[in-house]
Amino acid sequence: MADNINEQTPQEVSFNPVIQPGHTFGSITEKISSIVLTRSTGRGWIFGFAIAFLFTMGLMYAMTYLLIKGVGIWGVNIPVGWGFAIINFVWWIGIGHAGTLISAILLLFRQSWRTSINRFAEAMTLFAVACAGIFPVIHTGRPWLAYWLTPYPNTMNLWPQFRSPLVWDVFAVSTYATVSAMFWFVGLIPDMATLRDRATTRPSRIIYGLLAMGWRGSAIHWHRYETTYLLLAGLATPLVLSVHTVVSFDFSIGIVPGWHATIFPPYFVAGAIYAGFAMVLTLAIPIRKFYGLEDFITMRHLRNMAKILLATGLIVGYGYMMEAFSAWYSNNPYERYMILNRMTGPYAFWYWLLITCNIVTPQLLWIRKLRGSVAALFSIAMVVNLGMWLERFIIVVTSLHRDFLPSSWGMYYPTKWDFMTFFGTIGLFVALLFLFLRFLPVISIFEMRTLLPEAEVKEEVG
Amino acid sequence: MEQVVPPIYGIMAEYENPTDLVEAAQRAYKEGYRRMDAYTPFPVEGLAESIGFKKNHMPLIVLMGGIIGLISGYGLAYWVSVIAYPLNIGGRPLHSWPAFIPVTFEMTILLAALFAVLGLLAINGLPQPYHPVFNVPRFALASKDRFFLLIEARDPKFDIDATRRFMERSQPREISVVER
Repeated sequence: MADNINEQTPQEVSFNPVIQPGHTFGSITEKISSIVLTRSTGRGWIFGFAIAFLFTMGLMYAMTYLLIKGVGIWGVNIPVGWGFAIINFVWWIGIGHAGTLISAILLLFRQSWRTSINRFAEAMTLFAVACAGIFPVIHTGRPWLAYWLTPYPNTMNLWPQFRSPLVWDVFAVSTYATVSAMFWFVGLIPDMATLRDRATTRPSRIIYGLLAMGWRGSAIHWHRYETTYLLLAGLATPLVLSVHTVVSFDFSIGIVPGWHATIFPPYFVAGAIYAGFAMVLTLAIPIRKFYGLEDFITMRHLRNMAKILLATGLIVGYGYMMEAFSAWYSNNPYERYMILNRMTGPYAFWYWLLITCNIVTPQLLWIRKLRGSVAALFSIAMVVNLGMWLERFIIVVTSLHRDFLPSSWGMYYPTKWDFMTFFGTIGLFVALLFLFLRFLPVISIFEMRTLLPEAEVKEEVG
Repeated sequence: MEQVVPPIYGIMAEYENPTDLVEAAQRAYKEGYRRMDAYTPFPVEGLAESIGFKKNHMPLIVLMGGIIGLISGYGLAYWVSVIAYPLNIGGRPLHSWPAFIPVTFEMTILLAALFAVLGLLAINGLPQPYHPVFNVPRFALASKDRFFLLIEARDPKFDIDATRRFMERSQPREISVVER
């Protein structure tokens, strides 16, 4: 997959550079650090942040009411006990995965085009994991007892069940959050030093100075730094695959028709990368426009991401087909009924909307012209964001609402609190992104310097 | 006896591109200087080797973290499920090792990554609130677009005038004396 991205003729590369010609070490530093240090806070930023903050307050309100009244305010009940909370959890954690993929896997594959998008993709990962983490905790019903999930010696002499995928999930998601945060921070240290040295006010010099921890760019430090960064990438790569595999185990270890399938781990991982790249495109397109970063996030980046979107979309399409095929081939009446119910039952509209969003629409990306159109890419990415949310809705709801016994069938209707919590986390995600754009370098400055031809040591003096 | 602390930390030369810096560093190493360091705004290939850096301990540290995580992850799952809280469910084996793999794997990654990051900071001596090189005003450019070579005063071959003359031969943009 990653190799094909680089398959471009020399002429094509010169038309589609990863960084526009004419830049120097100084101009790169200037352009990226000025967003944080010298440019004034624009009206657009204040307006956008205010709206996002309003939604965050909505989340706080919904969560406060939830703590007072209990999960009964949501639409969850028997038979659908996993409503929006789990749908949103899987959606958010999947979005996070593209950040790790870009920063770790593409680094190992030596895809230099990743450099200008990895910083904010990693930020996206962190904020998405933060939103994801909220849901299982508040879904427990009594979140103040959520620490019971962790193994610790207690007076009740109880221990978690290590054969349960829900316990694996606790370990996987908390490891993922920790490693993503550390990976991001390690990448930021040299840029913090740049901001410290270029800070114009005393408070910013002190704050960035504390974060830079005295980094001085020593050759020996850089040498160890590069080794560590590569090792972290090597650790994050299997980690990202394992996290969504474990998330899929939450479903596939259960014997519910529509969940108990061996296709789930790879299908979930592909879906996560698909959703994540759609979100990276959704964020990259406005950021490069409003902050004038077209020199660094070029059309080549957008085209490459469009190709990855198309490829992973096809894998997800294969997953949907295999789901239907194994239901038919199993000759199991419950499995067969599950897939028929998905396609023709009460949620059929949403199933076919999902197929339209995730399978039909991305086929437009075969057209070369559309891959080069920013507006088309943005629209397709938004459609995929919606489609991937619908996918989790279909998996969670249609499998549970009609299982083995017709007497226990039911319907799931989300309430306004469900929607308020969901939109609230979108607000939290966007608000965190706005703060990130304002206070931290959105593109890795030191890695951008290495992309310049001057960064290479010309000749060896023996 | 009181140790004599030299009033200066070293001599620093500033270059405009990584090629000149690597050349100068190699020449200084050949001349016999051993206590030196170079400062660059991004990692420069081969620079650490040219000032005589050989042993990189990071891979070993990360491996150790990984092994500790692996043992503790599996050990935790085993101890809880077999010794501390055994549950007999239809006579299934208590030591059900395939179910312990996810937690073992995550703990391996977690501890390896923690060792990597904390090990990197520790071995590089960070956080470090003060370092003499920051006394040179132009050193702020080391995080932007300039490349610096420093020969420390504690180098046995160091002599303020001779070292300065030697450094001038590589035609740096500027030479400054770094105070302690």
